[in-house]
Amino acid sequence: MEALIHWLVMTFPPLSEGLARFIVYVLYSAVLAFVAPVIIVVAYTYMERKVLARIQDRIGPNRAGPLGILQGFADAIKMLTKEDVTPACADRVVFNLAPILATIAAILVFAVLPVAPGVIGADPQTGILYVVAVGALGEVAALMAGWSSNNKFALLGAFRAVAQLIAYEVPIVLSILVVVMAAGSMQMSAIVAAQDIPFALTLPVAFLIFLVASIAEIGRSPFDLLEAESEIVAGFHVEYSGMKFAFFFIGEYMHLFASAGIATTLFLGGWRGPFAGPDSLPGVLLGFIYFVIKTTAIIWVMMWVRGTLFRIRIDHLLDFAWKFLVPLGLILMVIVAVALKLPVAGSSGLRWIALLIANFVAALLMVIGVSALARHTRSAALREVAGAE
Amino acid sequence: MLSEFAFVGVLTIFATLLPVAGLAVAWLIRPKKPNPIKQSTYECGIETRGETWVQFRACYYVFALLFVIFDVEAAFLLPWAVAYQQLALYAVVEAIIFVVILALALIYAWRKRALRWI
Repeated sequence: MEALIHWLVMTFPPLSEGLARFIVYVLYSAVLAFVAPVIIVVAYTYMERKVLARIQDRIGPNRAGPLGILQGFADAIKMLTKEDVTPACADRVVFNLAPILATIAAILVFAVLPVAPGVIGADPQTGILYVVAVGALGEVAALMAGWSSNNKFALLGAFRAVAQLIAYEVPIVLSILVVVMAAGSMQMSAIVAAQDIPFALTLPVAFLIFLVASIAEIGRSPFDLLEAESEIVAGFHVEYSGMKFAFFFIGEYMHLFASAGIATTLFLGGWRGPFAGPDSLPGVLLGFIYFVIKTTAIIWVMMWVRGTLFRIRIDHLLDFAWKFLVPLGLILMVIVAVALKLPVAGSSGLRWIALLIANFVAALLMVIGVSALARHTRSAALREVAGAE
Repeated sequence: MLSEFAFVGVLTIFATLLPVAGLAVAWLIRPKKPNPIKQSTYECGIETRGETWVQFRACYYVFALLFVIFDVEAAFLLPWAVAYQQLALYAVVEAIIFVVILALALIYAWRKRALRWI
């Protein structure tokens, strides 16, 4: 970005630096807001359909265009030309604002995503905090949609959505905390720069917490309680049709890509890879390709999970967040804080080993704790049964 | 510092334009034939009964309170985590004591059965 601004000022001398910066910002914003959603939604809905079809032993879309690759465009045309029904009792203003807010919230996360070496819209020192803050706007959109629809299914979906999203926000923040401790900064570019070894290898437990919690955060199966078809039809967007529904859908897929991109940046080293660097154009392009490959790999894992696991119950879902992921995050944070301050953690080689051992100790403590708790619960239940007889 | 957020401002404008433009195009080309049956609230085929905008259970509120506790905790701990590598051992111990107090709060809520979704 900075190099491009510099090049613009050099090539067109009447341009001042501020104006050149503004032009670059506008161009990059237009790409993020208009081009990226189309490509991401079309590409990843196609990928999701094909992956799920393969898991379920089906063929998947194969009619629209060669191998069905035009299916996404066909859906877009259908959505555009569908009649839009607004329920008579709905709160119209909030009802219409909700899909707009859902899309904005998902796109805004991309502002701090380092998609290639040096290509990042804004790189504030509080980058990762910005992601958490803007990501939470999506919850407001879900609540607005559910409340304004004036429909009982939608309202139940909205309540579930908010309970689930705030529950899984905490483990996400805790795993981010561990990464910030290891990287020493909240700036996205600095976190990428700190990963000579990707954090997924040195902080595997934090990576797993982040992955599981972000699957719940974007409301995908097995945590798709907010839109459980068999219980509450479609959840908070049950009354939406046509283009308004399409914008919830776009928001969902943008959020999916953004979450996977954040996971890539925090744990898989972002754009880093052999020969990728900010100095030359091929290096930048190579970095972008690495970023897309890593992000797609994470999205593929999420689709695999969706195709494999069944939906879990709402009380189990909240228990899993509050009674497993949050304690695990707290234990991990404390142990990593101690391990990095040990005298042996001074040299960089031993530092990674210390981190790895800290992760395994945290995981082990948690497994012991959970099995003790399970044993206690089971024996209490048995005593109750014996007492009843 | 402020110029870093200038991009966020520009992006917000463009991000608003996308759904607004999309909805405007759809409004131009879609059919508009509303009738009372179509606009009735969706349920299982019969008319919906009773008020939808009701008060929700109070136990819901406890989850929100817990969330606020842990989010404020994160707001306190993130600056600490940034400075972590330059901190002396006593600052780390202080943070650990802080986390332990919070963990006790979580255990208390757990024992009080506030974490049950009924």
